[in-house]
Amino acid sequence: MTTFLGMPGLPVATERGTLRGADTFPVAARKALADTQLRKNLGHATSTIRAKRARVVGELDDWEELRAAGAAIKADVMARLPELLVQLEENVTARGGHVHWARDADEANRIVLDLVRAAGTPDDPVTSVVKVKSMATQEIGLNEALAEAGIAAVETDLAELIVQLSDDTPSHILVPAIHRNRAEIRQIFLDHMPDVDPGLTDEPRVLAMAARAYLRRTFLAARVAVSGANFAIAETGTLAVVESEGNGRMCLTLPQTLVTVMGIEKLLPTWRDLEVFLQLLPRSSTGERMNPYTSMWTGAPKTSGGTSGGTADGAPDGPQEFHLVLLDNGRTATLADEAGRQALHCIRCSACLNVCPVYERTGGHAYGSVYPGPIGAVLTPQLAGMHGHGADAPAGGDPVDTLPYASSLCGACFDACPVRIDIPSMLVHLRAKHVETAQAQRRVPGLPASAENAAMSAAAWVMRDAGRFSLAEKGLQLGRVLARDGRIRSLPPPLSAWTTSRDAPAPPPETFRQWWARTRGDRS
Amino acid sequence: MRIALFATCLADAMFPRAAQATVVLLERLGHEVVFPSGQTCCGQMHVNTGYQREALPVVEHHVDVFEAALRPRAEGGDGVEAVVAPSGSCVGSVRHQHALVARRMAEQGRADAGLADRAEAVAARTYELSELLVDVLGVTDVGARYPHRVTYHPTCHSLRMLRVDDKPLRLLRAVHGLDLVELPDAEQCCGFGGTFSVKNADTSTAMLADKIRAVQTTRSEVVTAGDSSCLMHIGGGLSRLRVGTKTVHLAEILAGEGWEAAL
Amino acid sequence: MTTSARDEVLDRIRTALGRSGAAAPEPSPVPREYRTSLGRAPGDPVLLDLLVDRLVDYKAEVHRCPPGAVGATVAAALAAHGARRIAAPAGLPAAWLAGADVETVTDGAAPDGGEALSVATLDAVDGVLTGCAVAVAQTGTIVLDSSPVCGRRALTLVPDYHLIVVEAAQVVGSVPEALPRLDAVRPLTWVSGPSATSDIELDRVEGVHGPRTLVVVLVEG
Repeated sequence: MTTFLGMPGLPVATERGTLRGADTFPVAARKALADTQLRKNLGHATSTIRAKRARVVGELDDWEELRAAGAAIKADVMARLPELLVQLEENVTARGGHVHWARDADEANRIVLDLVRAAGTPDDPVTSVVKVKSMATQEIGLNEALAEAGIAAVETDLAELIVQLSDDTPSHILVPAIHRNRAEIRQIFLDHMPDVDPGLTDEPRVLAMAARAYLRRTFLAARVAVSGANFAIAETGTLAVVESEGNGRMCLTLPQTLVTVMGIEKLLPTWRDLEVFLQLLPRSSTGERMNPYTSMWTGAPKTSGGTSGGTADGAPDGPQEFHLVLLDNGRTATLADEAGRQALHCIRCSACLNVCPVYERTGGHAYGSVYPGPIGAVLTPQLAGMHGHGADAPAGGDPVDTLPYASSLCGACFDACPVRIDIPSMLVHLRAKHVETAQAQRRVPGLPASAENAAMSAAAWVMRDAGRFSLAEKGLQLGRVLARDGRIRSLPPPLSAWTTSRDAPAPPPETFRQWWARTRGDRS
Repeated sequence: MRIALFATCLADAMFPRAAQATVVLLERLGHEVVFPSGQTCCGQMHVNTGYQREALPVVEHHVDVFEAALRPRAEGGDGVEAVVAPSGSCVGSVRHQHALVARRMAEQGRADAGLADRAEAVAARTYELSELLVDVLGVTDVGARYPHRVTYHPTCHSLRMLRVDDKPLRLLRAVHGLDLVELPDAEQCCGFGGTFSVKNADTSTAMLADKIRAVQTTRSEVVTAGDSSCLMHIGGGLSRLRVGTKTVHLAEILAGEGWEAAL
Repeated sequence: MTTSARDEVLDRIRTALGRSGAAAPEPSPVPREYRTSLGRAPGDPVLLDLLVDRLVDYKAEVHRCPPGAVGATVAAALAAHGARRIAAPAGLPAAWLAGADVETVTDGAAPDGGEALSVATLDAVDGVLTGCAVAVAQTGTIVLDSSPVCGRRALTLVPDYHLIVVEAAQVVGSVPEALPRLDAVRPLTWVSGPSATSDIELDRVEGVHGPRTLVVVLVEG
């Protein structure tokens, strides 16, 4: 742990295998790219959602002003995080809720498990919980932790259900089963869904109906639900979950006990701030003017006793045991890096995934983290920590270390981000952090500089002097002997990675500098 | 106008025609071009690969050279009013990375505190070719003739770092005889990304394959762009697949067919 | 006893922000240059048309009627659906169901007394009829606030058919105009069309766990 990059003293996330994959990005990407069905599914889904998003974003002539406000609100949240969290806690508690704090994944899982157990009785223990799709609980590996304790967590979001039934892992923040097409989903249902109609077709509507039938009894009988949260309002203690199917409403309304696990960064200071985020989020995520359902609740909610807008408390409405678990798990380590903390502004809309040319081709599994795509490439290394080339780095390199390089820096993610997170700049920053730590580790006697480091140092030495640079150009011109018909078809490593699929140009007989000296040399 | 050319290391060493055409074009439009001979590279490859400490002397060198070019002649400079480069990516690096690197390195005690401001002053007068022509010199019809079927790939950094918008297209539409064909999914990255093309060669190649497919649907003779780097990538793929479409830098089209006669 | 998780997390945040011991900064000003209003009063005919357009886009069924015809319009909609047994919140205006040939089961609501309907009962009715707190034209959203005319949340969730009566004066232009009209500490449900999913190939299909049919009666004038 000590060699992890980040602020000394602020621990990164607990290692539960949800942030650090088995393979480096290039290796995992190569496997994904070989799957033509996957590429077809991803290409179809991402182009569909890109067009939808562009249409509804184009409808608002104040979109840029909304983005600017969203970015400013999130920056303010980070600056006042301790006070806002305490304010949230006071307001949740005042309305009958309970607030818990978790330093890491293990602690959060323990808290949830204790709460689930407490919701049952010795004669009638709780053996299953219903779950609303939540990135925070994915990140902490809650389902696995509950399973180890004999409690089944039933995912109720359609895409999560598809992933859970097929013992798969999510590959997208919003649509975890984006890598599956309708025919594959039909087969998963036929293979794994008890009592499914064997005549099931692959019509999306028919598949959705099968999920409805399968989950209906579970919802109506559930005693405990576990959710995440899209927003929490410090000023009022209100929590919000944004969804489409109604599975969220089922979980948030019917059980007696509700446990919500939320990252500490998900706060908004005021009720009014929702006017920005309820416009930014749906248009950026599903490309809708508004998602079908948004639920908001405060503590253990009560109906209003008076007429509409009345303030007197009425009857209980929804779970009267409400627990909010506030999760750090590497977030404070992320916050410590001024150039990296913007990653905490993310509202998990996944617009950056949908526009990313790398994500579109490799899919989410290649990133090895529950947070894939451009935002994952900046968030994961900060939450989980990078190894550099330290002695405790996994053989073959730490997969997390390869994430900041999993981008061509095309910048499409920044343009799509509803809160203006400058992902390309953060990628460049994290690459520098990675290289600088690796260099510091190499300074241990006996460890030579990496080949890349040596090449970069040499290139920099050449490029800070025009005399050396022009000599190097002359050397490069010798490369003309490798060319046939003006192109080079094969180069030695590491440039062979280029010539495997692309020709390299032959160096010109005369460089620009030589031409200038020959034709205009007297001029400067 | 007296203009300094920042040829960029790639054009200088590998694609001199892009820089030569820039000179020929600007001279034809009645401007004076100078080439500060101390110039080398903007350092972007180093910065984007994580080697900011190594990039620092390259950045410092670039600022020194072009600061001198921009200084009035009375004070020993070249007295140019603007710096132009035939590359959206290199100008993007000058404009968005130099000061950032200078500040980060100053925090580490490796760079002078004043470097960032000096870098910003140079960046403020550095333009990509289409920006210089349209915004600074106020021309869209450069008087060129180029009777070919052409498609235009907007490079990521010109599009999203510099926001050149449709300036290159306005310039191309004004070229006499040019048949401009829209490129499908034009704004998708070609997959170059500097060292990304080698570190993540498989993903890069997959992106390139889609770009080439899009180019092929246009049945163009020529695919053009404002960056030699992206054109090298697209051209490398076209050449490997023996697709007949040629890659030609925007500057060469704006210089007009037969511009080489002026060399 | 070791430090509590609460204190430790709060400490870590202060360390990360480099402000150990320092007082909290003032809230930084937020540039709110976006539109906070569509510039039309609630109930403006342009807003009503916009709301209907959005609702239809979400595949909701919409009926428009004058104030005197709510009962008849509701009755016709329920009859067309073949609904015979309808759940209703305690505060529903009697006139809304006066013309309908249906059996009404009313959900009890304190402090007026009365039994809360069981989930099994709610699952067995043919539909539910409620009012709403506010509607947002630009996004086609109707907000339920657990007031006596909206009922508690389970009431509008479990039945498969939901008919909402929206009065013109409740229709505002945009989200920023809706929020000040709502009480944050009440349970709120923002409904924009029937339940839907885009989880299969990002193609939207209506009807999953929430009510599969959403009917809106918009009372004009």
